Amino acid sequence: MDRFDPLIASGIAAAIPLVFAALGELVAERAGVLNLGVEGMMLVGALAAFATVAVGGGVTLALGAAMLAGIAAAAAFAVLTLTLQANQVAAGLALTILGTGVSAFLGRGYVGFRAPATFEDLPVPALSGLPVIGPLFSLNVLGYAAIAMLALTAWFLFHTRAGLALRAVGESPAVAHALGLRVTRIRYAAVLFGGAMAGVAGCYYAVAQFKMWQEGLTAGNGWIALALVVFAAWRPWRTALGALLFGGVTGLGLYLQAAGVHVSPFVLGSLPYLATIVALVAVSASPQLLRRHAPAALGKPYFEGD
Amino acid sequence: MKKIWRALTAATAAVAFTLCGTTLWGTAIAQQPLRIGFVYVGPVGDGGWTFAHDIGRKAMEAKLKGKVQTTYVESVPEGADAERVVRDLAAKGHQIVFTTSFGYMDQTLKAAKSFPKNFFYHATGFKSSSNVFIYNCRMYEPAYLAGIVAGHMSKRGTLGFVASFPIPEVVRNINAYTLGARSVNPKITTKVVWVSSWYDPAKERQAAETLIGQGADVLLQNTDSSAVLQTAQDKGVYAFGWDSDMTAYAPKAHLGSAIEVWGPYYTLVAESYLAGKPFKENIWWGMKEGMNDFVGLNPIVPPAALKQVAAKKAEIVAGKFHPFSGPIKGNDGTTRVPAGKTLSDKEIDSVNWYVEGVEGKVPGK
Amino acid sequence: MIRLVRRAAPSRAMLWGSPLMAVGLTFALGAAVFAAMGQPPFSAFHALFISPLSDLNGIAELLLKASPLCLIALGLAVGFRSNVWNIGAEGQMYIGAVFATGLAIHFQERWGGWMLPAMILAGIAGGLLWAAIVAALRAHLHASEILVSLMLTYVAALIVKYLVFGPWQDPAANNFPFTVSFEDNASFGSLVEGTRLNTSVLLTLAAIPLTWVFMKFSFTGFQLRVAGDAPAAARYAGHSEKRAIWIALLVSGAAAGLAGVTEVAGPIGNLNDRWTPGYGFTAIIVAALGRLHPAGIAAASLLMALLYIGGETAQVALQLPRAIAYVFQGLLLMALLACEVLVHFRVQWTASTRSSQAA
Repeated sequence: MDRFDPLIASGIAAAIPLVFAALGELVAERAGVLNLGVEGMMLVGALAAFATVAVGGGVTLALGAAMLAGIAAAAAFAVLTLTLQANQVAAGLALTILGTGVSAFLGRGYVGFRAPATFEDLPVPALSGLPVIGPLFSLNVLGYAAIAMLALTAWFLFHTRAGLALRAVGESPAVAHALGLRVTRIRYAAVLFGGAMAGVAGCYYAVAQFKMWQEGLTAGNGWIALALVVFAAWRPWRTALGALLFGGVTGLGLYLQAAGVHVSPFVLGSLPYLATIVALVAVSASPQLLRRHAPAALGKPYFEGD
Repeated sequence: MKKIWRALTAATAAVAFTLCGTTLWGTAIAQQPLRIGFVYVGPVGDGGWTFAHDIGRKAMEAKLKGKVQTTYVESVPEGADAERVVRDLAAKGHQIVFTTSFGYMDQTLKAAKSFPKNFFYHATGFKSSSNVFIYNCRMYEPAYLAGIVAGHMSKRGTLGFVASFPIPEVVRNINAYTLGARSVNPKITTKVVWVSSWYDPAKERQAAETLIGQGADVLLQNTDSSAVLQTAQDKGVYAFGWDSDMTAYAPKAHLGSAIEVWGPYYTLVAESYLAGKPFKENIWWGMKEGMNDFVGLNPIVPPAALKQVAAKKAEIVAGKFHPFSGPIKGNDGTTRVPAGKTLSDKEIDSVNWYVEGVEGKVPGK
Repeated sequence: MIRLVRRAAPSRAMLWGSPLMAVGLTFALGAAVFAAMGQPPFSAFHALFISPLSDLNGIAELLLKASPLCLIALGLAVGFRSNVWNIGAEGQMYIGAVFATGLAIHFQERWGGWMLPAMILAGIAGGLLWAAIVAALRAHLHASEILVSLMLTYVAALIVKYLVFGPWQDPAANNFPFTVSFEDNASFGSLVEGTRLNTSVLLTLAAIPLTWVFMKFSFTGFQLRVAGDAPAAARYAGHSEKRAIWIALLVSGAAAGLAGVTEVAGPIGNLNDRWTPGYGFTAIIVAALGRLHPAGIAAASLLMALLYIGGETAQVALQLPRAIAYVFQGLLLMALLACEVLVHFRVQWTASTRSSQAA
């Protein structure tokens, strides 16, 4: 058992930022907006957080800065797609490019040193020593916040009127509008929320996990987060499952390498991706397991003047 | 005879150059600076491989103030784009172009054919031509020294290596690291994890965590981020920096950094060209020529270890010790290098086996 | 207050005018950025946009870079039109290249003039196969093609690495990860002497009108468009949804596989583990920018190629950091998308009253 704890802890640590980013995107997609700019938003959030601690700000301030940066990036996307009716796929990709470039450009002066402040681990006294689930109780404040966000998002989406309204907007904006819901306004809120969450994920990478800034720090994890939303069939708790599965299988592949198992690291490296596909197929093939259709209006622009 | 000719030519060149220089100085005409181009595979801010090259470029510029003008192009993908960039640099008047990654090899050769009057220098490759020359450094030397430190500092007798791809450049560093450690503790073993990327902080971190979880307490990497160092510090074990001095990232865990020092080579190539004798050799330099170094040694390393490292370093610099001198056994039990022999450069550049003490096999072999 | 009102029909004037407006807008924004950086804006723009086109070699390079983008985007557009989101064109490109390479390195000595055509077919087959996995999982097991195609891209990259680090590695390569070089009979010939432009661009040029004809005039093309625009109507009309999914994915997979061959049998000359800068993903932007129309895609691919090449030129000429080229690309793309609103909507100035809002 002791051998697996580091594996579990490692998987959880990898999953936390993915959960934040995926939750944010999930809410946006539930409102019908497909934002492919997650990677760009995470990067600007990461830079904002790192720059804040680098100039002496505390981690809380850094977290706030990251969220603001993510919101700003998401706002650009929101204006393009929700007000100016631009194609969501193209706008999201443009945001990724812009976010990558802006963060790389502005971040040039922040390379080469360790973050002066970080999020300390806050282990829960009795529970953190337990085998297997112990690592779940030795997280830092962002880790616990991730778990809280999972619960909050699930509760919001499925047990509140506002959540119902949001989901209605994602299923059929025309009907929602006829019922008096402010479709565009709700979508704006959802997209900005997605930006804030992506910013938090970026903050986690820059200040909590890697404690440094470098161009392209997130190395493609924004795309994994997008994939996780689909994998989770747009249900919050399943993003955590997907993130753990992904991070866990990656860790397992590395573990097998270090343990001397003679399988090509390339084959082992493909396991997380194959595992995700297999799990997705298993989940999608049986309709009883869960309702897995995408929000019906996902990706389609909606113009309130129509 | 050849030596006398060389000396004579050099002297004449020097005199001619000085005369030209003074004449021009006298007439106060600004001499066109030599334009030198650099093709980088990553951003200069990567704190690693490209960062080290850029330090070298800046050092050369500082040394040859006013006589050279450098241009660099960052993050050039190693596919079809690279050839275009090299051509563009040559076409825009850059007499010398340095391409700083082995993935630029064929592209440099192809572009060089169209610019026979320019000179191209390709790092870490193995193909050259009439105007393409190779340069490489011996990272395995500071890796060996790091191994010595690791041998002293490891309490659990297990080392870890976070590796990118199974190319000879990486395999020989793993071997050197292990050999150095075993010269201190003959029972030490090394575990290797391949992350299939040169830069992926998340994967590097997980790899480091995995190695530490399996008992490794001194880590070395050849990937580009500081994730391994940071993880080591978080978990209370040790690690080394790579490509540049990484003390700032993890002051408690950092034991030393194996670095490249490209400045003197760049300066030499530029000066040779300016002197009218373009540099036309393929070189593979190491600590002896100042192209590599092992720096940033942590004061917590015990004095006995520091002494041993210093002594070994002096031997390497003096050319008296080669990390791959026999007897060396492979980890499959065979004798790879008999006593009294040393691996040739060609063998070092194509190594595809592990030394005794490294666990597992080189992937793909 | 500004209001948007949908036009009865898309404005022809704006169809051409909006890109120009976007360029103007980006120039204005960019000029401000450059001025703030102390860089004379005009020389920056010159380096980014004009310099790359200033000679025959520059234009050849532009076409060389645009060609695979265009090819993949054409295939993707067929899929996107029918609401099938193939995000994994990159992976299909890899497998196409793998199939073609497999033939080349084993048979190029013996097959003479048949080598290249065989490689083209093999590349198409490879892309088809990789996309078929996505199609099968989507059509019969309802698994999201977005996720499966994306995951398979990572797997495809690892397959390439496994091959070039292992069984297909050139024995003379000092254990470096690449295959033997392709001989002349396994490579596309040069099209314009003195440049890198090769005959594969002819394939792309042929694909443009072919795609247009397919989508506009063929019954399958019609079915695909209906499947995308009105899926309920499609089902009512008896069009098989499964068939639409298969065709959409196979077409985009084939195009991507073909693009893979044109790269490895073109400017690269072998298979290695680092030959592609992400054409499969850039092509998605090209398809979207080109509004899924072949002519638009052709134009958009040229624009994207120019943006990439201009970024390098700007680094060489002005030592602008590469990041600024990225910023510029992102700004231009966003401006293009923003100005597109004027094609389908017009701007109305209204008095701000509660009643007009509630209407």
